Amino acid sequence: MSEFVLKAATLPDGSVADVKVSGDRIVEIGQGLSGGEIIDCSGLNLLPGFVDLHTHLREPGFEQSETVLTGSQSAAKGGFTAVHAMANTNPVADNAAVVEQVWSLGQRAGYVDVYPIGAVTVGLAGERLAELGSMNRSIAGVRVFSDDGKCVSDPLVMRRALEYVKAFDGVIAQHAQEPRLTEGAQMNAGAVSAELGLAGWPSVAEESIIARDVLLAQSLDARIHVCHLSTKGSVEIVRWAKAQGIRVTAEVTPHHLLLTDESTRNYDPTYKVNPPLRSAEDVAALREALIDGTIDIIATDHAPHPSESKDCEWNAAAFGMVGLETAASVAQMVLIDSGKSTWMRLAEVLSHAPAAIAGHTEQGNPIAVGSIANLTLIAANVARKISRGTASKGQNNPYADLELPGEIRHTIYRGYFTVRDGRLAEDGRH
Amino acid sequence: MRHLLSTKDLTRDEAIALLDLSDEMAQVNERGLRKLPTLRGKTVVNLFFEDSTRTRVSFEIAAKRLSADLINFSAKGSSVSKGESLKDTAQTLAAGGVDAFVIRHGASGAPQALAERGWTDVPVINAGDGTHEHPTQGLLDAMTMRERLHGFGSTRGKALDGVKVAIVGDIAHSRVARSNLYLLKTLGAEVHLVAPPTLMPRGLGLQHYDLDETLASVKPNVVMMLRIQLERMNSAFFPSANEYSNIWGLTEERFARLSDKTVIMHPGPMNRGLEIASSVADSPQSAIVRQVANGISVRMAVLFNLISQERQIHE
Amino acid sequence: MESRTVLSSDDISRAITRISHEILEANHGTDNLVILGIPTRGVALAERIAEVIRRNGNAMPADFLGRLDITMYRDDLDRKPTREVTPTDVPAGGLDDKVVVLVDDVLNSGRTVRAALDALREYGRPRAVRLAVLIDRGHRELPIRADFVGKNLPTNRDEKIRVHLSSVDGDDSVRIEK
Repeated sequence: MSEFVLKAATLPDGSVADVKVSGDRIVEIGQGLSGGEIIDCSGLNLLPGFVDLHTHLREPGFEQSETVLTGSQSAAKGGFTAVHAMANTNPVADNAAVVEQVWSLGQRAGYVDVYPIGAVTVGLAGERLAELGSMNRSIAGVRVFSDDGKCVSDPLVMRRALEYVKAFDGVIAQHAQEPRLTEGAQMNAGAVSAELGLAGWPSVAEESIIARDVLLAQSLDARIHVCHLSTKGSVEIVRWAKAQGIRVTAEVTPHHLLLTDESTRNYDPTYKVNPPLRSAEDVAALREALIDGTIDIIATDHAPHPSESKDCEWNAAAFGMVGLETAASVAQMVLIDSGKSTWMRLAEVLSHAPAAIAGHTEQGNPIAVGSIANLTLIAANVARKISRGTASKGQNNPYADLELPGEIRHTIYRGYFTVRDGRLAEDGRH
Repeated sequence: MRHLLSTKDLTRDEAIALLDLSDEMAQVNERGLRKLPTLRGKTVVNLFFEDSTRTRVSFEIAAKRLSADLINFSAKGSSVSKGESLKDTAQTLAAGGVDAFVIRHGASGAPQALAERGWTDVPVINAGDGTHEHPTQGLLDAMTMRERLHGFGSTRGKALDGVKVAIVGDIAHSRVARSNLYLLKTLGAEVHLVAPPTLMPRGLGLQHYDLDETLASVKPNVVMMLRIQLERMNSAFFPSANEYSNIWGLTEERFARLSDKTVIMHPGPMNRGLEIASSVADSPQSAIVRQVANGISVRMAVLFNLISQERQIHE
Repeated sequence: MESRTVLSSDDISRAITRISHEILEANHGTDNLVILGIPTRGVALAERIAEVIRRNGNAMPADFLGRLDITMYRDDLDRKPTREVTPTDVPAGGLDDKVVVLVDDVLNSGRTVRAALDALREYGRPRAVRLAVLIDRGHRELPIRADFVGKNLPTNRDEKIRVHLSSVDGDDSVRIEK
């Protein structure tokens, strides 16, 4: 059984302590601890391992974009110890067999816990409910369901889904996009789209669905999770809903916290993403909402694509960008380096809260004796220039060549170093 | 100027120089022989991913008058319909030796992608991309305005300072409107856009919804009518052809209220009786036929300019 | 860079005057005479030749002077930077059956003159075409020769001839640079 002491790490509350891990658990926290390997962590911020509620691992079906293994490795590099694999694979993860396959691929990879997300409707078609209960009762124990990439736009289907998953405390994660309002849409509707002659994607297409869904959730006393909020209006609707006591949670992606539709001016499809990059005003509203708690979590919407899906004209290009290895840096920029929030909040939005939304007991735990040792250590004072290539297969990296703060030094997944001194372990935990 | 992707990229001096050169080309076109040896041995590829006989033929005539060899590539029935990408198509054609690409594509930004992503190193001329731009149309319209407003033979070196232009119609989906807007502003003109609110893009130019009020208050020197596509009715942009014509068409009654100096333009092809009355299109104030002729001159100027400068870069 | 003056302002004026007289003599007067300058300095030279002819009291039609832009007719665009295309201006009487004197500053390879002959064809069919140049520096690549020459100036290929004319450059001089 491995044993080590993380020496003089800075905990989220700012205190400095030694943390001793034995096997897969934290066994002691204090000063001057010894026993096993001593790892100097002075100057490093110790955080609970990150949990991504929104990851596209592409397997099965799109292995040229990503596999569960490469996606898991990229996640570990980004400080994650758990990811949630979205259902838009081929075949779609709309039944127990597919989610069990993904779950076991995750186990075999051994870099993070891979929790499959089940599709809400059969084939993501938005018409008939998928076998939500069977997926929940499968070995994968699915509790989060989403047709992400597509919106559950039919109000009746959405209402039934919200209600049905109450049987096992499941949650529907909605990709809010009114399909008729976004037919052929290519980018945020605004002055930039008008100039570029690209079909616009109005904010109201997102906001109208969120408004409808929070009202549905209210009427059913059901939980609703809103994927990748991207507009100021969406923030205001979620804020209102929370004030009403509606059980809504919301996520924001790193790219919507950092980038705007100005990035699309040279038609580089690296910046083509769904929902689209919005205005600076939207970015400001999203940041504020993340700080004040209106938005609960950061989720990456890591969406890798092979180069040929992006090395083409804008309209022909695929939507999506990678983000696992830069999420913590963007979070640090927005919460810590801005001086507006705390490491506690960062731990909340990247770990505790996403784990809680998905109902996990072995992820997102506080750094305390007896907790599973899912931990991340960040060198916050380091600034790094981002390279295009990451551990992911996806080359569609919008952060390439940007300088971002913070670097993941170590990622500890159930007591095992998946990343040590910034380097990925050659094998996963088995 | 390395490529012609957008009229936004042209400085005032560059635009005027291009128009002056176009005027020279127009003189060639009016002579008997109509052929110059200038681009002998050079190859121009017309890369048309969208049907447009007018523009394709105009570029074809322009290239041939300059003695260039022309390859017409049309996406229909080609490997593109079998899923070949723009990148591969362009590189395959370029492998045979190409001195310039003229590209028409349904996707906004496709010419820029071709020019700037390292797929090819020859000049790229945008012959219309999606709902973005159609820069040679903007240039030929500006050339036509210079002729009409300054008079033939006295255009050289002149801009369009203080000229008021009203562009009327489906601004939102019009590449012609964008290319005109940027170029005319660069040349000092005041551009007014008139459209139903559903067809007016956010943030561009001086915007009006009421055509009659605009014509009366602005008193434009030039009125440019845009083609309205009836398919737009299916997406509920406007209710009917009849209503559109009544409210935003250049009818005989509206035309009669304009000054007899007002120049009438249309990029074609026209829906006679819809956005423009037939008698208006054929009136002496109409420059529509001249626009077509000037299209050839402008495209000769652009081909000459880009291909000859290309060589200087390679020196 | 070495630079030496080979023709002074006076030399140039004398050369222009001599060329003008030679043109009149060869043409037996001014009948049917058209003088076309090749931009940029050929135009300036043509204007000065016309001035000399007028000053000597020769009866000339009002518009016997014009300009012929040859940029679009060059076959050496590959090697030489393009010059701006300028208007061609042919006298209203046209060129048919006229004696056209092309005027340029320097005669070198002969390619400019070949281009001018091509360009000329577009505007009519002269009875004869003559060539007047201020400097003939040799190095011909085509079977072309000048009828009227200000000065023959044998040069090496690596030398450059710089012609300045007052209406274009503010002064009159011809220099060789190396």
